[in-house]
Amino acid sequence: MNRLVVAFLAGGAVAACVAPACTRAPEAPAAADRSKPPALGAAPALTLPPIQRGALSNGLQVLLVESHEAPLVQVNLLIRAGSGDDPAGKFGVASLALAMLDEGAGARSALEIADAVEFLGADLSTTSSFDASAVRLNVPVARLTDALPLMADVALRPTFPQTELDRLRQERITALLQARDDAESVAPTAFARLLYGPSHRYGTDAMGTQATLKAMSTGDLRSFHAAMVQPANAVLVVTGDTTLDRMRPLLDQHFGGWKAGTAPARTPIAAAPQPAQGQIYIVDMPGAEQSQIRIGWVGVPRSTPDYVTLQVLNTVLGGPFTSRLNLNLRETHGYTYGANSRFTMRLAPGPFAAAAGVQTDKTSEALQEFFNELNAITKPVPADELGKAKNYVALGFPAEFETSQDLASRLEEMVIYRLPDDYFERYVANIQSVTPEAVQQAAATHIQPGRFAVVIVGDRKVIEPGIGALKLGPVRVLSVAEALGL
Amino acid sequence: MRRRVFLVLLVLLVAPLAAQSPAAKLEVPFQQFKLANGLNVILHQDRSVPVATVNIWYHVGSANEKPGRTGFAHLFEHIMFEGSKNVKEGEFDTLLEGAGASNNASTANDRTNYYIDVPANALELALFLDSDRMGYLLDAMSPARVDGQRDVVKNERRQSYENRPYGMASLELDKMLWPAQHPYNWPVIGYMEDLTAASHADVVEFFKKYYAPANASLVIAGDIDHDRTRALVEKWFAGLPAGPPVPRVTAPAASLSAVKRATLTDKVALTRLHLGWLTPALYADGDAALDVASSVLSGGKNSRLYKRLVYDTQIAQDVYAIQQSAALGSSFLIVATARPGHSAAELQQAIDEEVDRLRREPPDAREVQRALNQIEASFYRRMERVNSKADQLNAYYFAGKPPDWFAEDLARYTSLTAAQVQSAIVRWLPADRRVELVVEPEPKR
Repeated sequence: MNRLVVAFLAGGAVAACVAPACTRAPEAPAAADRSKPPALGAAPALTLPPIQRGALSNGLQVLLVESHEAPLVQVNLLIRAGSGDDPAGKFGVASLALAMLDEGAGARSALEIADAVEFLGADLSTTSSFDASAVRLNVPVARLTDALPLMADVALRPTFPQTELDRLRQERITALLQARDDAESVAPTAFARLLYGPSHRYGTDAMGTQATLKAMSTGDLRSFHAAMVQPANAVLVVTGDTTLDRMRPLLDQHFGGWKAGTAPARTPIAAAPQPAQGQIYIVDMPGAEQSQIRIGWVGVPRSTPDYVTLQVLNTVLGGPFTSRLNLNLRETHGYTYGANSRFTMRLAPGPFAAAAGVQTDKTSEALQEFFNELNAITKPVPADELGKAKNYVALGFPAEFETSQDLASRLEEMVIYRLPDDYFERYVANIQSVTPEAVQQAAATHIQPGRFAVVIVGDRKVIEPGIGALKLGPVRVLSVAEALGL
Repeated sequence: MRRRVFLVLLVLLVAPLAAQSPAAKLEVPFQQFKLANGLNVILHQDRSVPVATVNIWYHVGSANEKPGRTGFAHLFEHIMFEGSKNVKEGEFDTLLEGAGASNNASTANDRTNYYIDVPANALELALFLDSDRMGYLLDAMSPARVDGQRDVVKNERRQSYENRPYGMASLELDKMLWPAQHPYNWPVIGYMEDLTAASHADVVEFFKKYYAPANASLVIAGDIDHDRTRALVEKWFAGLPAGPPVPRVTAPAASLSAVKRATLTDKVALTRLHLGWLTPALYADGDAALDVASSVLSGGKNSRLYKRLVYDTQIAQDVYAIQQSAALGSSFLIVATARPGHSAAELQQAIDEEVDRLRREPPDAREVQRALNQIEASFYRRMERVNSKADQLNAYYFAGKPPDWFAEDLARYTSLTAAQVQSAIVRWLPADRRVELVVEPEPKR
């Protein structure tokens, strides 16, 4: 059993009152001194309920955190396999297999499952990411015993009916067609494809392509399920208004008889090569009112030793509202509704991208400002700015544990990335101990604007001359279809 | 004859939920008081996580705007973050982020809300910042700051409407649904030319008219101590002048007398059909029944429209129905996107047949109960986050209800019968008085 006590270290805070010991008699209103902001009291300690662990008779691991605020229970069956495990030529199989789980399972049809789940006021989702897959149930506690057998059917006994596959396939192919109309959707997809190429898994959306979807058979989905959805490859994450004693017999009843097999070997995804030099891609959308910009390269895996440093670095560069990119492009120049940057960290290195939608007639000006900031971040970050960023991440941490779904997400993160038991306990102290030198070093390693790929989805006729004049690198013009590899 | 059937249904529907007594799970204990300057204050303690939220509703929205200045309430909301007398430009967000807080705001037809989520120790900082902009915004305002946010808001409009597939449809729908003089006729985001015209003088006038304690309600929820919080509220807000009384916006009841049709073109691959009706205001008789109707029509695979259009015939890629509730009146929309090779007329015929079936026969008991159970669960889910509880306390207060009206609000739904859902559909969703808006793909060039 693991009790999480996280102490928050606010830089320079005055320990005036430590919650919850600050109950005081009513005081007469003091005159407000507006000449300076009021001092912050000491930041509160976040004391989380313990992570309770158990195992079912077949070895299936259970992680449980109680939270009795609302009469709801969250039960997630997390599978250590996702789109990252899609074999070549079958991109989209994990995503489609998961989506198909509730389209027929046990003795029930797709419509019967939906009716039963909705009648319980439950929410049952079956989805995959690049790194993992999950069947997630959120249900009022009074209806938990009715919902669990449904969840178990969906997770363990899907029937993959051909007619439902045909329907979902068509729905997805149509969604891909629709996505081509939306610059905000084209930009990240084109960016990933141009950066990783068509054969690397991260170069294609989790959903796959029209071609891979057309070739998908119920046999492919069954194979994925049979190979990957195994007790040895899964963890049950439970949070909310329940206890381990109450859950254990229920979980044993519905998941304990699931036959233990061997955990499948996972083939690690190779790190993609970095672009050798900068390359500009203009993806033409005639008449677009804005240009959707993505700038970056291959980033880092979740396991990077620089993880904590990069949280701080990106907070300075393109995280919250006062990050440099947003203040520059939005507040100073008014080119955009918002600019940001992000390291998408997966089991293998995901993309790093700075992003914004900017007004068409300011596209080149905005690009110049992006590069100004990307170049500036490699220089030492002033102490007050760094302190603000560290406090933002560290002091905002308790809010990530508020709901039963939040708690389940944190536990899933621990499982997928095999984080140590004391990970959350140490997180805040780790953030606060990030040094300016480490930030500068991380910036030099991970932000090299001269080699970045730049994707601009916008009205080529208007934006191309200005972009060319910036001389950021060679410019290639692509149609939407070309950029998406269609 | 039909009536007797409904009586039986009534018993079936109410019994299972009443037995579970959901009301007990929806208790939100609160303290409420008013400062001498008219500021309404509601405190709610919830110590499950060491965070607190400061949530302020100003009773002003796009409905208060004057002709030629559409979008101004929202533009003004942006300006509220640009500094005040004792808070330098940029400092509002810098101070909060340095304390680990997050904040945002939103503007709707009837209200503008602002929230700051803080670690519990930073509550007073949030009160300082919110009170300074409530009392002393104009001391720091300048034409340049208005210009800056004007550009940002124009880009918000480009990103969310002009450059988004089907983005212009919602603006057109409001224009078609509401009479020209009705305050819901124009979009919250505003027209581009009106955003261009907004001036520093407008900011001064708007602030003096609407942004004062007497026109606001402050909710503080989370890991707080009542007495200390009350003292802090008095410290920071009691000295602010009350401001003039603000009469609530009124509008003559609006209705459609015929079918209004229009077609837009957009850079899209698929045709989309929108059907719209004018329906009862938030919390008015019929509002809850239409929420349930929207669930019967499009909530889940077995719902009438989803099953017919998306699941069985697959003539549509998606379909949804929604009751968009607001203080002066609501609108009900049914929106469906055609699969390649299918037309708006096909969608419309299938939708009309399904809605007509509900006009003739009430939904099944199970369909209604399914919707009610989902609504009940959604009430529980809102209980988990102090931010959502705080916003809802203000929403109920704003509507003239007790702030903790949660259980009563849920009872609006659980007391409904299938017959009431049917009669709401008959009365409020007639086929011959509505808006029909089609978005067609632009011809290929």
